[in-house]
Amino acid sequence: MDFVAQHPVLVVSLVKIVILLFLILTTLAYLTWFERKVVAHIQSRWGPYYVGAHGLLQPLADGLKFLFKEDLTPPGADKFVYILAPFLALSLALTTLALIPFGPPGVQVLGQSTLIVANVDIGLMFVFAITSMGVYGVALAGWSSNSKYPLLGGLRSSAQMISYEVSLTLSVVGVVLLAGTLNFNEMIEGQRGYYWHLIPRWHIIPQIIGFLCYFTAAIAETNRVPFDLPEAETELVAGFHTEYSSFKFAMFFMAEYANMLTVACLATILFLGGWLSPFPDSWTFLQYLPAVGLLGLAIYLWYDTVMLARGIARVQLVVISTGATVIGLACLHPVVMSVIQGPFWFLLKVGLLMFFYVWTRGTLPRFRYDQLMSFGWKFLLPVSLANLVVTALVKVWPLLVNHG
Amino acid sequence: MSLPFIVFFICALVAVGGALMLILAREPIHSALSLVLVMISLAVLYLLLGAEFIAAVQIIVYAGAIMVLFVFVIMLLNAGIEERTDYSKLAKYAGLPLGMFLLLELAHWMAHSAVGATIANGSEAANTAASTRELSTQLFQKYLFPFEATSILILIAILGALVLAKKDE
Repeated sequence: MDFVAQHPVLVVSLVKIVILLFLILTTLAYLTWFERKVVAHIQSRWGPYYVGAHGLLQPLADGLKFLFKEDLTPPGADKFVYILAPFLALSLALTTLALIPFGPPGVQVLGQSTLIVANVDIGLMFVFAITSMGVYGVALAGWSSNSKYPLLGGLRSSAQMISYEVSLTLSVVGVVLLAGTLNFNEMIEGQRGYYWHLIPRWHIIPQIIGFLCYFTAAIAETNRVPFDLPEAETELVAGFHTEYSSFKFAMFFMAEYANMLTVACLATILFLGGWLSPFPDSWTFLQYLPAVGLLGLAIYLWYDTVMLARGIARVQLVVISTGATVIGLACLHPVVMSVIQGPFWFLLKVGLLMFFYVWTRGTLPRFRYDQLMSFGWKFLLPVSLANLVVTALVKVWPLLVNHG
Repeated sequence: MSLPFIVFFICALVAVGGALMLILAREPIHSALSLVLVMISLAVLYLLLGAEFIAAVQIIVYAGAIMVLFVFVIMLLNAGIEERTDYSKLAKYAGLPLGMFLLLELAHWMAHSAVGATIANGSEAANTAASTRELSTQLFQKYLFPFEATSILILIAILGALVLAKKDE
């Protein structure tokens, strides 16, 4: 216990990292389920259905399948770089999540705030530093496979990610100017308050253009439809990860979802008020919202268990609905209720953005490569630059007027 | 041995090792990756000095932008493995002693100057190092002219590259 008392930062951080990694990896697995379900319903299909109730065991089955598949290395591949690439992609994607505050800093254990792993003074800069390295995973995977299609995919994606990174960064600078800080918690605190006591004072309202630019660039940066040219299957087989099999392929897959998650978290923090509630504080009855939501879900699941499910699915549903009931009831306890508010709103916003991501994928066709490039450089970049200039002028205007 | 001291030695060793790999690797991509390694360990050294902002910028600009372009160009040109030549005689007889001399001179300077002492006591320097806010205040007030002059210089370089790359019509 001496060590714990001497190094509270080290020990608490390690515990937080382990818990966060476990939660994130589970979330990533279920995001694949979420995406397949939503896209299926958009296309009038059922999606994963047979493995467990509502296909809820599908991610587990997929994970096992990836683990037991043969791990091939193409002849002539650069072995070291070939193995390094998926590790780079996944570890960089996961590292960014350490900087994300999932709730207010007030919730503390041993004097350390629990809902963020590392509260860095220049959090935004570090997120960009880590994500800017993300290109290596894709580019090196394409190069080291010693194969034509992956090389083309890797080249395309490097060009695309470099191009859109510029607009991505520029679209966020407007928010930094408004907030006057690079620290995530301070940025969120700065968005507290309401216009006319009703509409939250979030950065999305003055920075709506910045938000649209950010989200468009972010979809391109994470190589998602309609900007998924690096893995355009009709042209490039599967792009940079064509030659990867087994768990190395799964790592690229997880990295893509982790990047989506990071981007959604960042949008929530910068534009949507992070863990702040969208409704005025005087509406105290909204504190019961997490409990009511979970109990509602539990009731639906119990109904499902009794009326529809058969066999193993029924056992599984009993477990899940008991879990939902217990957590829902726990949310009624005053202490839990006050702790859960921040993470609840944060995760709700992130979930909505993730749904938006999947919705885009289900709706839009893919761009052509020259369209992609000219859109990035000739439309997105000038618009985000103009947004930045206007924001800076509005910010400086009172100073100029006072001096004159 | 304090924790920053251990981290310093690990990063210093990685930086030197990466620099050696950069020269010795025969595959161009491996050389580029070694340089990325050097950049990242330098960024960690900046962090040890308490210069968070510089560390982040080091990674964004060098590792995240410049080296990505290097890797991109190497991939685009599909550069093969380097061929080894017989090293030049000049390098052997003049370069080696001169290099050793430079190394000794640097070591001597480090050992006897205030800067060397500051770098060695990283934790002390961290307290005095400027925060991002102070850094930007200095940059945009005291050093505004050199800062803007540099940005114009870079702009000219970009325009120059465009002019050179443009084909004659």
